[in-house]
Amino acid sequence: MGLSLDASIALVALAPFLAAILAPFIHRLAGSYSAWILAIVPAGIVMLLIRLAEPVIAGGTIAAAIDWVPSYGLTLAFFLDGLSLVFALTIAGIGALIVLYSGAYLKGHPHQGRFLAYLLAFMGSMLGLVLADNMLALFMFWEATSITSFLLIGFDHNRQAARRGAIQALVITNIGGMCLLVGAIVAQHLSGTWLLSELRGLEGVLKDSALYGLVLALFIGAAFTKSAQFPLHFWLPNAMEAPTPVSAFLHSATMVQAGVYLLGRMTPVLGGTSVWTGVLVAFGGVTLIWGALGALKETDLKQILAQTTIASLGLLVLLIGLGSEAAIAAMLVYFVAHACYKAGLFMVAGAVDHEAGTRDITALGGLADKMPVTFIGAALAALSMVGLPLTVGYFAKEEMYLALVGGDWLMLVVLALLVIGNALLAGVALIVMIRPFLGDALPTPKSAHEAPVAMLAGPILLGGAGVVAGLLPDWLGHDVLAPGATAILGHAVEPHLKLALDLASPLIWLSALTWLLGIVVFRQAHAIRTVLRRLSAGLGWSADTVFDAVMFGLIRFAATVTRALHHGKLEFYLVVVFVALAVALFWPMLALGGLDWIVPTAELGDWSKRLVLPELRPYEWGVVLLAVLGLLAVLIAQSRLIAILSLGIQGTALALIFLLFGAPDLAFTQLMVEVLSVVILTIVMTNLRLDARDHRPFEDWARDGTLAVVCGAGVSLLLMLVLTGTLDTRLSDFFTATSVPIAHGANIVNVILVDYRGFDTLGEISVVMGAGIAILALLRRRKKAEGAGP
Amino acid sequence: MDYVLAALVGVFVSLGIYLLLSRSVIRMLIGMTVLGNGVNLLIFTAGRVTREVAPIVPAGLDAPAGPIANPLPQALILTAIVIGFSMFSFLLVLAFRAYKSLDADNTDTMRLAEPENAPQPPLSY
Repeated sequence: MGLSLDASIALVALAPFLAAILAPFIHRLAGSYSAWILAIVPAGIVMLLIRLAEPVIAGGTIAAAIDWVPSYGLTLAFFLDGLSLVFALTIAGIGALIVLYSGAYLKGHPHQGRFLAYLLAFMGSMLGLVLADNMLALFMFWEATSITSFLLIGFDHNRQAARRGAIQALVITNIGGMCLLVGAIVAQHLSGTWLLSELRGLEGVLKDSALYGLVLALFIGAAFTKSAQFPLHFWLPNAMEAPTPVSAFLHSATMVQAGVYLLGRMTPVLGGTSVWTGVLVAFGGVTLIWGALGALKETDLKQILAQTTIASLGLLVLLIGLGSEAAIAAMLVYFVAHACYKAGLFMVAGAVDHEAGTRDITALGGLADKMPVTFIGAALAALSMVGLPLTVGYFAKEEMYLALVGGDWLMLVVLALLVIGNALLAGVALIVMIRPFLGDALPTPKSAHEAPVAMLAGPILLGGAGVVAGLLPDWLGHDVLAPGATAILGHAVEPHLKLALDLASPLIWLSALTWLLGIVVFRQAHAIRTVLRRLSAGLGWSADTVFDAVMFGLIRFAATVTRALHHGKLEFYLVVVFVALAVALFWPMLALGGLDWIVPTAELGDWSKRLVLPELRPYEWGVVLLAVLGLLAVLIAQSRLIAILSLGIQGTALALIFLLFGAPDLAFTQLMVEVLSVVILTIVMTNLRLDARDHRPFEDWARDGTLAVVCGAGVSLLLMLVLTGTLDTRLSDFFTATSVPIAHGANIVNVILVDYRGFDTLGEISVVMGAGIAILALLRRRKKAEGAGP
Repeated sequence: MDYVLAALVGVFVSLGIYLLLSRSVIRMLIGMTVLGNGVNLLIFTAGRVTREVAPIVPAGLDAPAGPIANPLPQALILTAIVIGFSMFSFLLVLAFRAYKSLDADNTDTMRLAEPENAPQPPLSY
């Protein structure tokens, strides 16, 4: 490849978007093969990342920047370090398998092209998120993942449950998105940089600031909403309304891990304080136990897996909170292990649902004979989840225990919590592996048979990867753990994973205890489920019901506000408008002392001296009088014909004023318009039976009259105030001076209209034409309606 | 004389607003026209008034010999008059159609778009 390093990183983030745009067309052309074609994109990204991996593993970073808003010094900067690399490889690798899987899962679905487009757009957003260097770019991609997640959850938009799940996920994760935006802005304000790679070097800047608490709360808010931490976890199970590939990809392996990524990314600048550790460990711990118990309560395979995802997210947050070298190492290994086995298990659940027609574990059994390959995939994943030796899950568990063994009593409490949590999860893993596949065969809605290759590739490859990685601890430690932990902690970390069962170490006994408890949980699953269900029924409400209450309250509130504002009475709308006009006229005049000139000062004497009759010629007085008379006649006219004629009188008077004061063009136009108006009004009005008089109750009359007089007086006073100032005539002088030399026209007004403001006049003509067309349409419609009538 | 015209603008605006606040559509239309005239006169007056000298350059000259009326407000008002007339015609036909369809020229009884008892929005997703 002749691409430079810079260009290839940008390509990693942007290529999926391109593929997303093309997806519907490719689907139209290639039909059911489109998934195989589109899977090339993420597969290619994996290849590219592996090519880029070498310098990153050696401890370097690769950066690229595209100018974004240069005037504000913003660049669309990407960078790749150990942490981004682990996440990006996971996203692209699982993404390729998911795209393949979707092709088979939604085979023949009319909107498969759209689905693949959403999926690829999500992948691009997620890759952008983990590669972004600029915090605003991070926010942008963060929100893009929320939106694509919304589209994917609501993909089956005919069902209300899907719509609800989609809206819920969008609302909750967007609250977090807003937190992230504000947090990023505050962080930039404090540190002076938008770039995460620079921020990382400024360790004390945020921690020592007075705003540390605020920044911490904002970033934790963002991470907790996205990564479904208790008590904001409830959107994740509802997101299972999405098609299974989406659950496998977004809601286990990638999108929900964005919060974990963010916390890992911010560890150098925000982490290490007692608040950080306390909050993350407490919430992570509660989430772990809550999710694990939640999983035992469910019988639907996808719901079980969703709850275990919540538990795993809690575990990851807890480990980041601990922040020690071993804890961070455990976090990274667990992330990789979890991504592999959870995505695999979701795909297995989808395959079972697809082939057997149900996902309820109480209705499934003995599928191993009919779906042997699926069973192998499930077993590989579940064993990694249990954490047996030779799987990557084993190392994850070892590392977590290593991080806590030998600590003070608080650490031992956390250790006990981890053992219980892991044991519960191990029990669930056994349930998921054994219940549907072993035991007596139960009748299923569809006659089960093996899933197609595209649906098997994911579970087998991911399950296999979990085992292979477990067999190569040196590689895992050197190429995944060390660079990732170095990126998070900011100092070099030595890999220390070894596949050795040392019976003298307490770790092996803790693992054994976990397995033992896991088997007990598996054995007693039914009893535990009964107890848990009774408990939650006794509680009566959940975060879910609270969410509904809030949303419906919002709708009712909006309806009330809308009704108060949109009452449908035109006169009140207008009253509001004119009251606002009166306030806008008088408030500045009063506030700025604009009315002082009315009050006579001592030097000028009293009012009688100021009341000088303006020097108008008699015929000018006549015209003004004519206008006033015309206006009054409109007001008091007893019949509508007189009102119309009076309207003509005031218009003509205005035309005369224009004529007297040097505006013959205006006078001419005004006269024409006035005559036309009167003629048209007369023709139309004689066709209608209208009320001759203006009936208004006294209180309306008083209100309208006051308002009208106040507004009129305000306009007059303002205009008089304007007249006391000096007029800026630069523009008029320019037109006057250049009219003949440049535009070759003697009539300056005409020159302005057709030359200097030609486009304006074009707009004016368009308005006239538009009005004409609208009038024509309105009149035509009447003819048609009459023609169609009896 | 400016002040006389300024006062006259106030009368135009007052009457226009008073008519606009009526419930009869035709009266609102007349109010619209009056208000428009008032605003045109406002722009005219704000640009200062001179007597009788139209802003036209005499033949053979490059610029007017003496002081002339301010051409800029005139150009603005010319546009405004034409657009005002378009608006007037359109509103008139609209009122006419509304009267024919709804048999009403009282805005209180025209409630097709915002009915008196609008249904509650659905409480679902």
